[in-house]
Amino acid sequence: MVTTTLPSTPTAPTPTTTLAEKIGGWHILSALLENKPGVLFRVTNLFRARNFNIESITVGSTEQPDLSRMTITLNSDERTLDQLAKQLRKLIDVVEVKVLDTDKTVYRELALIKMNAGDPTTRMEITNFASIFRANILDIGKETITVELTGTPDKIEAFKNLVDHFGITQLARTGVSALPRGAEL
Amino acid sequence: MVEMIGAKALIHALEKEGVDIVFGLPGGANLPIYDALVDANFRHILVRHEQSASHMADGYARIKRKAGVCFATSGPGATNLITGIATAHADSSPMIAVTGQVPLAMIGKDAFQETDIIGVANPCTKYAFQPRSAHEIPETVKKAFYIAESGRPGPVLIDIPKDVQQSSADMNFPELIKVRGYSPVVDADLSQLGKSVEILLNAERPIIMGGGGVILSGAFSELQAVAEILMAPVVTTFKGKGSFPENHPLAMGPIGMHGHAEANKMILEADCILAVGARFSDRSVGRYDEFGRGMSIIHMDVDPAEIGKNKSVDVAVIGDVKSSLRTLVKMLSKVIVKKDQDNPWVRRRKELIDHYAETLKDYPRDLTARKALKKLREILPANSIATTEVGQCQMWASLHFDVISPGTFFSSTGLGTMGFGFPASIGAKAARPVVPVVDIAGDGSFNMTENSLAVSVLDNLPVIVFLMNNYMLGMVAQWQRTFYNRRYSGVHQRNCPDYVKIAQAYGAQGIKAQSLSELEKAIRSALKMEVATVIDIIIDPEEDVYPFVIPGTGLKDMVTG
Repeated sequence: MVTTTLPSTPTAPTPTTTLAEKIGGWHILSALLENKPGVLFRVTNLFRARNFNIESITVGSTEQPDLSRMTITLNSDERTLDQLAKQLRKLIDVVEVKVLDTDKTVYRELALIKMNAGDPTTRMEITNFASIFRANILDIGKETITVELTGTPDKIEAFKNLVDHFGITQLARTGVSALPRGAEL
Repeated sequence: MVEMIGAKALIHALEKEGVDIVFGLPGGANLPIYDALVDANFRHILVRHEQSASHMADGYARIKRKAGVCFATSGPGATNLITGIATAHADSSPMIAVTGQVPLAMIGKDAFQETDIIGVANPCTKYAFQPRSAHEIPETVKKAFYIAESGRPGPVLIDIPKDVQQSSADMNFPELIKVRGYSPVVDADLSQLGKSVEILLNAERPIIMGGGGVILSGAFSELQAVAEILMAPVVTTFKGKGSFPENHPLAMGPIGMHGHAEANKMILEADCILAVGARFSDRSVGRYDEFGRGMSIIHMDVDPAEIGKNKSVDVAVIGDVKSSLRTLVKMLSKVIVKKDQDNPWVRRRKELIDHYAETLKDYPRDLTARKALKKLREILPANSIATTEVGQCQMWASLHFDVISPGTFFSSTGLGTMGFGFPASIGAKAARPVVPVVDIAGDGSFNMTENSLAVSVLDNLPVIVFLMNNYMLGMVAQWQRTFYNRRYSGVHQRNCPDYVKIAQAYGAQGIKAQSLSELEKAIRSALKMEVATVIDIIIDPEEDVYPFVIPGTGLKDMVTG
C-alpha cells in the first residue's frame, strides 16, 4: 500500500525585497582611476576583502593621460551593486564611479577562440559561422583555427555554444569595455 | 623653495601641521629621520615596542581629535605598527604612521628588513603613500593629514625609502591641497533632514542611538539638544559610549552583546530610531535581519558607504553629524519647543531601569568588578579620561562605569585589541596632561603591553592602571564555561607575574587591593601620585559578564544571568 503525505502548506515569507531585486541582474560599472602604480591592487583587494563577486574587469588608458578607465561587469542584486559603487568611490585613487544603464550604453568584448579543425569540412563550417558572426580568422594551422570575435558577451556565448562540439582548445576573453551612448559623459 | 634633505622636510612638514608629540622607535631604515628629529620642535617618546607607538598615537588622537603620529623602521618595525594601525582603522581614528623603507633600488629584492608594507597596510589604512623622490615629501605629508583627519577619519601610512630620506631637493611646502578622488561630504541634504523631522515628530516612541561618529565630530551638545526637544531616550553603541552624559535623565547606556539590559529592551520597543554616526555592527544590534523590524530608521553618517551596508534604512542623512544635528535642531525648534516631559515613553525608560536594577544581581562577593568600577566612578573626577583593555574588563566598564563628561571615554571597540588600553591611556595623558587618565584593564591584556610602564615613568606621563586581576583570560573562560561545558583551554595565567613588583621594577607605584576599602585607599593614593600606579585588584575568576546577547541571536534573546 502506498501512502502519500501531503506537503504542509508553506508559509509565504514576508518579502522585504522583490524577486527581481534579490536575483538581481547583469550590471556594468565604469570607473575612472588615477593612472599610477598600486591603484589596480587597491581596487582588486577591495573586491576580495569585501567579498564582491566580479564577472569581468578591464583596465586601460583614456583620453586623459593621468586617468585609466576600469569597466566592471557583475551579476548582483541592487544592494550589492550599490555597496560596490560606494566602496569604490571611497577609494581615494578612484576619481569617479558610474553604474551604466545597459540600454543606453555601448559595450563590447573581444574573444580569441582556438578550435580543433583537422578536416576540411570542419574548417568550411567554422569559416561559415565566423562570417555570419562577423568574426575574423586570425590563424589556420593543420589542426586548429583561431578566430577573433567582437561583440556583446551574449554574442560571444552564442558563438561559443555553436562551435563547442568541434572542441575549443583555448579561449581568451578581454572582458567588457563600455561607454554611454550619445553626448553623455 | 628651500633645499633640504627628505628627512628634514618630513620633520618640517610635521611641525607645520602643528604636531607636538611623536611616538616611535628607530632602526636602520629610518636613521635619517631620527637624525633630523634631534632638531625638531616637538617631543619624541621612545616606546619599547612599535605596537605601543601606534596605540599611543591613537589614544592621543581620540582625545585631541587630531591625528596622532608614530614612527617605525622598515620590516618588523613597520609590521609591529600594524596592529595599532588596524585598531585605528576599525575605530576611525586619525593617525599618521611614518615608516622607513629599504632604499628604492633594493625594493623587491627581499632585502634585509624589507616588507611590502604598502601591501600589508592597504586593507587597514585609509591611504598609504610611498614617496619616490624627496621633493614629494612636503605635499605627501599635507595630503596625509588632510585624508586622515577629514570625512570619516582614519590612519594614513607614509613609507619613505631610506635614500629618499637622505637625498636633497628643492622643497615647496604647500598651504592648501586638493586630492582629486577625495571629497568628503560636510553638509547634509536638507530634503533628507526635512524627511527626518517629519518621521521624528510623528513617532510615538522615538529613540536615539549615539555612535562613535558623535564623539569623532564632537557633536555632544547637538545630540543632547535633539534628545531634549524630542524627549527621546538615548542609547549608544559601545563606541558611542560617552557621546551622551550617562547620568542624564534620558540616558540609557550602550546597547549590544554586553549592553545595558534596559537599553537592549527599550530599543526594541521603539517605533523610530535616529542612528547618529553608528554603523549597526553585529556587536551592537545582534542579528541584522531582526534588528529594527517594523521601525523607521534614520541614519546619519559622514561615510556614504555605511548607508545600507549592514541595514537598509528609511532616511539617510549623509554629512558630518555635528553639522547635520545642528541643522536638525534648528528645523525641529521651528515646529516644536519641547515634547511633553511626562509621557508614557519616557516613563517606560525609568520603569525598565528600575526593573533591571532590581533583577540583575551582583556576583556574591565583597569585591566584584561591578563594585570596583562603581567605586572608581565615585572617586574619579568627572572630567577624567578612561580607556579600557579588551575582554571582560572592557564589558564591565561598559556596564558599570558611567561616563559623565562626553568624549572622555574610548576603547578598542571595533578591532578589540588586547594591549591597546595601557599605551593608549599614555597617549591620552600626553594629549590632556591635566586630568587623571585611567586604563580599566584585565591581567591578560595588560600583559601584552605592560612594558609601556617604562614610557609612563620616564616620560612623565602618569596613568592609573585599574587592573581587575583574575589571572585568567576571563572572557574566553566565560565562553568556555557557557558554550564548552567548562572545558578550560589555554586561559589560566597561573598567578604570574606579581603586578605590584612589575610596577615597582619600572619605578611606578604598585598597590594590591583585596577588599573594597583597600581599593578605595589605592585609588585615592593613585590620584595623588606623580608616577603611574598599577592597582592590582583581585577578583574572582568565576565572575561572568551579564547581560549577554549570545552571538547569532537578536537583542530580544538577551540572557540576564
